[in-house]
Amino acid sequence: MSTTQSLHSLWTSAAAEPDKIPSPHIEYAQLSPTLIVLGAALVGILIEAFVPRRARYNAQVVLAIAGLASAFAAVIALALDGYGTTKAKIAAMGAIAVDGPALFLQGTILLVGVVAVFTFAERRLDPKKHGNHVDSFTPQAAATPGGEAEREAARAGFTTTEVFPLALFAIAGMLIFPAANDLLTLFIALEVFSLPLYILCALARRNRLMSQEAAVKYFLLGAFSSAFLLFGIALLYGYAGAVDYSSIARVVSNSEANVDPALAGTMGNDALLLIGGAMILVGMLFKVGAVPFHMWTPDVYQGAPTPVTGLMASATKVAGFGALLRLLYVVLPGLRWDWEPVMWGAAIITMLGGAIVAITQTDIKRMLAYSSIAHAGFMLAGVIATSEDGVSSVLFYLAAYSFVTLGAFAVVTLVRDAGGEATHLSKWAGLGRRSPLVAAVFAVFLLAFAGIPLTSGFTGKFAVFKAAAESGAGALVVIGVISSAIAAFFYIRVIVLMFFQEPKVDGPSVAVPSPMTITAITVGVAVTVVLGVAPQYFLDLAGQAGVFVR
Amino acid sequence: MSFPLLTAVAVLPAAGAVATAAVPAAQRTLAKWLALCVSLATVVLAAVVLVRFDPDGDRYQLTESHAWIADFGVRYELGVDGIGAVLVALTAVLIPFVILAGWHDADTADDEKTAETPGRRWRPTQGFFALILAVEAMVLISFLATDVFLFYIFFEAMLIPLYFLIGGFGDRAHQHGEEEASRQRSYAAVKFLLYNLAGGLIMLAAVIGLYAVTADQLGEGTFSLQAITEARANGELDMATGTERWLFLGFFFAFAIKAPLFPLHTWLPNAMGESTAPVAVLITAVVDKVGTFAMLRFCLGLFPEASEWATPVVLVLALISIIYGALLAVGQRDIKRLIAYASISHFGFIILGIFAMTSQGQGGATLYMVNHGLSTAVLMLVAGFLISRRGSRLIADYGGVQKVAPVLAGSFLVGGLATLSLPGLAPFISEFLVLVGTFSRYPVIGIIAAATIVLAALYVLVLYQRTMTGPVKAGIEGMADLRVRELAVAAPLIALLIFLGVFPKPLTDIVNPAVEHTLSDVRQHDPAPDVEAAK
Repeated sequence: MSTTQSLHSLWTSAAAEPDKIPSPHIEYAQLSPTLIVLGAALVGILIEAFVPRRARYNAQVVLAIAGLASAFAAVIALALDGYGTTKAKIAAMGAIAVDGPALFLQGTILLVGVVAVFTFAERRLDPKKHGNHVDSFTPQAAATPGGEAEREAARAGFTTTEVFPLALFAIAGMLIFPAANDLLTLFIALEVFSLPLYILCALARRNRLMSQEAAVKYFLLGAFSSAFLLFGIALLYGYAGAVDYSSIARVVSNSEANVDPALAGTMGNDALLLIGGAMILVGMLFKVGAVPFHMWTPDVYQGAPTPVTGLMASATKVAGFGALLRLLYVVLPGLRWDWEPVMWGAAIITMLGGAIVAITQTDIKRMLAYSSIAHAGFMLAGVIATSEDGVSSVLFYLAAYSFVTLGAFAVVTLVRDAGGEATHLSKWAGLGRRSPLVAAVFAVFLLAFAGIPLTSGFTGKFAVFKAAAESGAGALVVIGVISSAIAAFFYIRVIVLMFFQEPKVDGPSVAVPSPMTITAITVGVAVTVVLGVAPQYFLDLAGQAGVFVR
Repeated sequence: MSFPLLTAVAVLPAAGAVATAAVPAAQRTLAKWLALCVSLATVVLAAVVLVRFDPDGDRYQLTESHAWIADFGVRYELGVDGIGAVLVALTAVLIPFVILAGWHDADTADDEKTAETPGRRWRPTQGFFALILAVEAMVLISFLATDVFLFYIFFEAMLIPLYFLIGGFGDRAHQHGEEEASRQRSYAAVKFLLYNLAGGLIMLAAVIGLYAVTADQLGEGTFSLQAITEARANGELDMATGTERWLFLGFFFAFAIKAPLFPLHTWLPNAMGESTAPVAVLITAVVDKVGTFAMLRFCLGLFPEASEWATPVVLVLALISIIYGALLAVGQRDIKRLIAYASISHFGFIILGIFAMTSQGQGGATLYMVNHGLSTAVLMLVAGFLISRRGSRLIADYGGVQKVAPVLAGSFLVGGLATLSLPGLAPFISEFLVLVGTFSRYPVIGIIAAATIVLAALYVLVLYQRTMTGPVKAGIEGMADLRVRELAVAAPLIALLIFLGVFPKPLTDIVNPAVEHTLSDVRQHDPAPDVEAAK
């Protein structure tokens, strides 16, 4: 029986003899953050089905925020209960880890999610259409762009309130992704958060064609990377005879005694391990937007509705890096000598590539997309450190970076002209003269991206570079510093544009947002400054969360 | 717990900056007076620091130490030594003059913008003075920080307000019109920022390296200057030669850009030429001193062996700076760029004095930092008054000014003579000390450096002759002499130059013991006078 016991997990228990299927033991309390969000998403669908159209918006916004906030409260409760440190455990029959990194990342994703929902719900930026408030999303996604059906939907005042449950599903998937403790849960989580994002990308109110193009590109490339990931999972299963992380790790380090007779031919075959591991890494690097798997980032970031871009650029990155960390630290530490050079290469080309290509961008959203690639490179430098410090520095960086990103994209939604958001850089000339406050806030975000001291960007950068240097990756630090200098150039260029150039006559104006976007931006600025000036508490938090449960 | 005097010195202008920025748009005169009063109050606090500082006491005094970011081994540690004390005093003294000289600099921008966009929240005047105070606060804390990380943070952060001062409030006098001036201005601001940011980021790599080394050898990473110096002294910390040299280079690179040292100097003429005269003074007389100060405190203090290893190269670069800066100054057609190149030449002298590794050399270099600040302030601010009258920076547009505006011409002459180190004015003593200190160890370099004083005389006197003497040129007739506000800027500074030229003892008393400490860091002694060889 012991041979099959090692195979038992949430996914493979069905393979055992029918009369011995154990009833799955689920720790509902420990999984509550995810369950709450999923529950809220389901209720959201019911609202779409049964609540009258005019009441849906308010119901959805309240539900989404309440769901995310109570999930966050659940994360806090779990962390206070000690699940982040002493009581860290693996729940749901080995499928989900409840430990420090998982709780820290879930907390970050939920906070980012709340702020993102604020930007989703903004309806004051565009002028009223046919007497109705409109948001950033198309009135009817299924209608042909520019067609009669779309016009009719707009005239009738339809709004796509489905975006809220979609966002909740995506966020639920992101909550599972970094906590997944077996490869199949990892894959399911990936799909759960990717599919709603594909749809959300296609829902822009303006530039419908670009938005749909972005969604198709994202979907195709995402499907590719999913296939890679899945193939890698299959190969690893062939290698280890198991899909849960700790069993694979045991096989990798040759401490697994039980060889499954059915897999005796393949188990322990290093070729399977290396190819499978590489394919899984490809899938993960795609999700975090690392070079050379970054091609989708600029197009998708540019085409997607800006609030969605903000969510993708921040929360997806948090989830992706969380899962990557767990994979490398829990599953493949025995393989460190094999993946380290690969990750070195990826980190170097990601840092340099993102920073250099960003210089030539003329669209603010594309520029931020390339900047997010460069930042993924900086975080990879922390991932490579393979130390507890490395984990906590990346956790801190993710928290710092995601709020800056969300804030920056929220500001992008404010700068508008007749065609909607004015994302071409030339239109931002002289913004500092017209709207000093908005320009100053955006300058703060840019300085944080550039890593200027007293902003969260500097603290984060210092943390990951410090961890990298301590683990002997000095060369990586030097390259990171050089790419920071290159990156500083294009961040500074936008500041020059905003403050030192004369405003254009037909330049964009800054829309006066509702308190929701104001809240989102204020939170972004506050986090940026607090993490820059007094980061100790949050560094402690990330430091305590630096240990993965195995 | 005693009153945190050093924190107060830095916090006062920072708070003043916030308060000034918050003044309502309509009350710009209030903003000016507020900024001036804050800067004067800072002078009082700096004077208290100077009085409370005991030259013969501990190396670092009035120290404060608080936990800050424990994860990075960073502490909020302040302390003042003799070198820091005089530079704090210099900074505090110069800022009121900078503010007073720039009294109307932001007005034009203000008028234009309020006319264009009435009722908006764009407040250039408030911004201008708030930024100056912000720079002051950050410079002061860099002079006081004894934690490398704390120093680094403000060393980098001060770039941002300066960047806005250069790019946002530049000199509007340009021979090719307003648009060209605006283009040049933002070019200068970007060049300034990118040079210094690049230097700072290289230094960041070295700062992280320093942490890795201390964490490796002391068990716990630290940035505390005192802790590192102690650990070095008792042998707990022993950097590998290669590591120490790389770290030294990382730090020195950043400071050499800031100072600026040939060949990293090219941002300075642009920045000084395109900014208004008070901001140019802020850059060269105050901010750049952080670079040379940091060489003394951090390069020599943290990496003594590497400093010794690098000395020959640094001395040669300093010598090139001295000669090259002076030669280019001779050839300039633009008054402000001329002063910028003269400054590069003077920074060469300061760095020469620091790396001569003698007590006269380093004492002289420290005095030089103070005196160069004062003399450049006089020359540049008076030049600014001159330029604001005629609306041109070109030397060729001036002539015979001393006939119409004798007081202006006289002040300019005193500033110029101080720049060429005329005996009786303060810079003479420091230049003399630097040359003596260099000569006693490196006679050849000392001789070559001394010979370049002739070039200094050339560029100053030719500048004076072309602009102030001769027939009165068109556009100069009826030029007003210095007004009361302008006299209030020039006269006290000139008085200080003369006073310190005749009686430098108050400064040397504070500086000399501190220099001995630095020399003991690098385990150097003055070469003993060799009477036999002299015969």
